Amino acid sequence: MTTALYDVPGPRTRQRHRLYGLVSTVLILALLGWILYLLFTTGQFTAEKWTPFTYKGIQELLLRGLGNTLKAFALAAVLSLALGGVLATGRLSEHRTVRWVSTVLVEFFRAMPVLVMIFFIYVALKAEPLVALVAGLTLYNGSVLAEVFRTGVHSVDRGQREAAYALGMRKTQVMTHVLVPQAVRAMLPAIISQLVVALKDTSLGYLITYEEFLHAGKLIASNLDYDLPFIPVVMIISPIYIGMCMLLSWLAHWVSRRQRRNPKVEAAEVAAPEPGTLLPGGHRRPG
Amino acid sequence: MNVLLDNLSLYGKGLLGTVELTVFASLLALVLGFLMAAFRVAPVGSLRAFGTAWVTVLRNTPLTLLFFAVVLGLPRFGFVLPFNLFAILALGCYTSAFICEAVRSGINTVPAGQGEAARSLGMTFPQTLGGIVLPQAFRSVIPPIGSTLIALAKNSAIAGAFSVTELLGVYKPLSEMGYGIIWTFVWIAVGYLIVTLTISALFHVLEKRFGVAR
Repeated sequence: MTTALYDVPGPRTRQRHRLYGLVSTVLILALLGWILYLLFTTGQFTAEKWTPFTYKGIQELLLRGLGNTLKAFALAAVLSLALGGVLATGRLSEHRTVRWVSTVLVEFFRAMPVLVMIFFIYVALKAEPLVALVAGLTLYNGSVLAEVFRTGVHSVDRGQREAAYALGMRKTQVMTHVLVPQAVRAMLPAIISQLVVALKDTSLGYLITYEEFLHAGKLIASNLDYDLPFIPVVMIISPIYIGMCMLLSWLAHWVSRRQRRNPKVEAAEVAAPEPGTLLPGGHRRPG
Repeated sequence: MNVLLDNLSLYGKGLLGTVELTVFASLLALVLGFLMAAFRVAPVGSLRAFGTAWVTVLRNTPLTLLFFAVVLGLPRFGFVLPFNLFAILALGCYTSAFICEAVRSGINTVPAGQGEAARSLGMTFPQTLGGIVLPQAFRSVIPPIGSTLIALAKNSAIAGAFSVTELLGVYKPLSEMGYGIIWTFVWIAVGYLIVTLTISALFHVLEKRFGVAR
């Protein structure tokens, strides 16, 4: 709760707040009750719709889907980090052409919808679904990560760079020995948050028939033999998907909280990555 | 090049669909987002919990899964709506979680002394909120809301895969007609750039007009 908005409540205000609390709790419970009522009346909890999940074949299908999702995520994560590193190096280069080319690439891939890139690679370049998915995710997340890396390096205190040059280090040495090790600490939460985006976007593979988790769910949901258990499938898949992403988000949060207590990275804090716009100078937060 | 000129109406319909999705979903996201932000700073515990749950769940849900659940799932409860209404619902709810977080961090940027000063002048809660805190918060949330809405416009591409008329979906009939697929995609990309650049420019103007360096 922000202190800008309220005084410490007195006895009468507290009583009023309790009343509001009661009313809103009742409303929220009514909403939940209505959803449960809908689930029951449309027969979502009948044994018929849930028994398929006890079959080994169905479980294996779901597990295989989950495995494929994780495979795509792992590939996309590693490749985006690599691409991000390359593009960030390019943008920090002292050669104008290299800088210019990487800037154009970063801005373009950040501004395109990921799905358009994935479809382009899948349809026009006739790639395998996994290749198209991973390539699309890598291009997008790689260029967002490049921006994160760049702001991370810039966020390191100027004195560090100046001192390193004064010691006679060359640019590469300054980067690899002084700036990057410090920047990585500050960037870590932002990097993990971007990996959450990559994990969420692996579900786009469903749209190009990559056999990932959601695709496995769809196969089961549309099976007539099991009385089309669509809602049960959603009720099983969503918590797993959301749980995985929440775990990763929570990791990012935990890292950033731990770092806030660490005096070594106190000064540098890298803002969360934002989607691109292609408009030079647009949408940068002040400072 | 020909693919655009020969199929101007098809492209137009697609672009219009994307714009429509973006505009209506943005409105829904803004309304829900501000509401949830209000919930999250409310003095009432159950509303705060509801807002937090809403944001946490939706921020960590893959949008494709949400579309899957809404577009294909809701009809099973007897809600039969046109596909584009479902798409607006899914996109709007998803984006509202991000708007909420932007607004909440905007409220947090207003120094606590501003509210305290307002109260010590005898202002009531609505006066404090409406006259002092929100106008200042509004200024600092323009840029993050702009990038959230740009993300929404880009995310609307997913709706095309769920039978909604929009820009990305244009590729299918065109490739069936045998047009060069590369050019088809070039013009789709240009279409998306037009939409995102418009939003970007719009928010740039808003920022120039209302933004303030604190």
